[in-house]
Amino acid sequence: MFEANQYETVIGLEVHVELHTKTKIFCGCSTSFGAPPNTHTCPICLGHPGVLPVLNKQAVEYAMKAAMALNCTIADVSKFDRKNYFYPDSPKAYQISQYDQPIGENGWIDIEVNGQTKRIGITRLHLEEDAGKLSHVDGGYASLVDFNRVGTPLVEIVSEPDLRTPEEAKAYLEKLRAIMLYCDVSDVKMEEGSMRCDANVSLRPYGQEKFGIRAELKNMNSFRGVVRGLEYEQMRQADILDGGGVVVQETRRWDESQGKTFSMRGKEEAHDYRYFPDPDLVRMHIDEAWKDRVRSSIPELPDARKARYTSEFGLPSYDADVITASKQLADFFEESLQYTKDAKQVSNWIMGELLGYLNSYNMELKDVKITSQGLGEMIGLLEKGTINGKIAKTVFKDMLVSGKLPQQIVEEQGLVQISDEGAIASIVDEIVSANPQSVADFKAGKDKAIGFLVGQVMKASKGKANPALANKLLLERLNQ
Amino acid sequence: MSITLKDVEHVAKLARLTLTEQEKEQFTGQLNAILKYAEKLNELNTDDVEPTSHVLPVTNVMRDDVVRESVPVETALKNAPDDEDGQFKVPAVLE
Repeated sequence: MFEANQYETVIGLEVHVELHTKTKIFCGCSTSFGAPPNTHTCPICLGHPGVLPVLNKQAVEYAMKAAMALNCTIADVSKFDRKNYFYPDSPKAYQISQYDQPIGENGWIDIEVNGQTKRIGITRLHLEEDAGKLSHVDGGYASLVDFNRVGTPLVEIVSEPDLRTPEEAKAYLEKLRAIMLYCDVSDVKMEEGSMRCDANVSLRPYGQEKFGIRAELKNMNSFRGVVRGLEYEQMRQADILDGGGVVVQETRRWDESQGKTFSMRGKEEAHDYRYFPDPDLVRMHIDEAWKDRVRSSIPELPDARKARYTSEFGLPSYDADVITASKQLADFFEESLQYTKDAKQVSNWIMGELLGYLNSYNMELKDVKITSQGLGEMIGLLEKGTINGKIAKTVFKDMLVSGKLPQQIVEEQGLVQISDEGAIASIVDEIVSANPQSVADFKAGKDKAIGFLVGQVMKASKGKANPALANKLLLERLNQ
Repeated sequence: MSITLKDVEHVAKLARLTLTEQEKEQFTGQLNAILKYAEKLNELNTDDVEPTSHVLPVTNVMRDDVVRESVPVETALKNAPDDEDGQFKVPAVLE
């Protein structure tokens, strides 16, 4: 493992986020995922000579929205440039990107690691087009190219070298993802490639001002991959420095299955992109009215919601963090509070039963049928004592699948809690006479025996007995 | 600023062009002549002139996010040097 005491790690991330417009950035081809290869192409995105790209306004507005949510200053004038390179995934032999006048600059987001809040600078956010997809065939001697993805709008978000540990990098990515989801500009799924991350990593002795020589890491396709890739890389560089060596400035590819990074030789010379303004695309003038209109479409962001949940609803910071990580979950939480006042209970059920279920089946909230009204009313039934905690779990599971309201489930399945003293007392009598050994144990001072006996009462009542009442009546009976 | 033979070799490599020694000499001379001609502009005072990235007085040309029909895959592949399974087939670029 990497010993953190000798070198300080310096990390900057470049994150690409696919914007979920309906069409590509410069032509009307669909961006929908999973179509047969090369069925979403046209002369423009295939880079045929003589065609003219026309900018998708929605892509610009999504980029502005994302940049504003990351506290960037939005450019008054912005333009597109050509980034020239040869690679089979790019049919024009250049990528339309932005060089010196990006949509947004000088932003920041706050991350939280180990209870400490830290501000991470965002150098810039710019718009560009995605490349096609290559798959290798013929034993690696040939590649097949699918251009369906080419021209999908992307924003590239470049952070300042402010991150110091792989955990901070992960927290930064998670916060970025949450903000993009709240703004509804992308699906941001790392595993499906709608969010991709490259990292610049270097080490320097503690106290040294100057950055060390960095390596650029590519191909980290999951949050876990980013952490593992960075951990490996800081260990690799520390070994080199410890041995008196010098880190080579190069691009390295993370190999998930081998758990290592490998040098991508030959990439160095290609880093001469000869950017120049794209003569086919005119400038964008972004006036204040346009900025205001886009700004007004940004919803309350995770940090603001988190602060409100702790102050307004008294949620612990941890709960607020978990719930606000997803806008859907946070909306569900707030809607539930129209049906109950007990915010902490709602939070408990969301973080326990709901997330437990969703995570174990790898589902999202939209994949289950439970409604916010169902959860809110179920907590109401618990408060009134109509049902107990055990019944509530049964009702909750039913709601996940059926979407019914709790009252209906309780009535249909006869799940009402038994709070009638007489009914419970008679069950208590039965259990006491059927378990003389446990009764004797209890009377001999073994307090644990009471737990077993309460369990038996609950079992005999099919989980419907009021547990507190069962406990009380049992103790009275035993102490007679 | 003047262009050397080395610059020509570098640019040719980036453009995937193979040049003969004679061509390299020839282009070095021609490129220098072009740059020298452009240097005439330095005689003008351009302190108050914004750099031009586009000559048309037009901004914000955009389209709405509406899907238009793509071309059939057969048409898309018509100019492909080789194809397989509806995809362009190219020599592998090894990383």
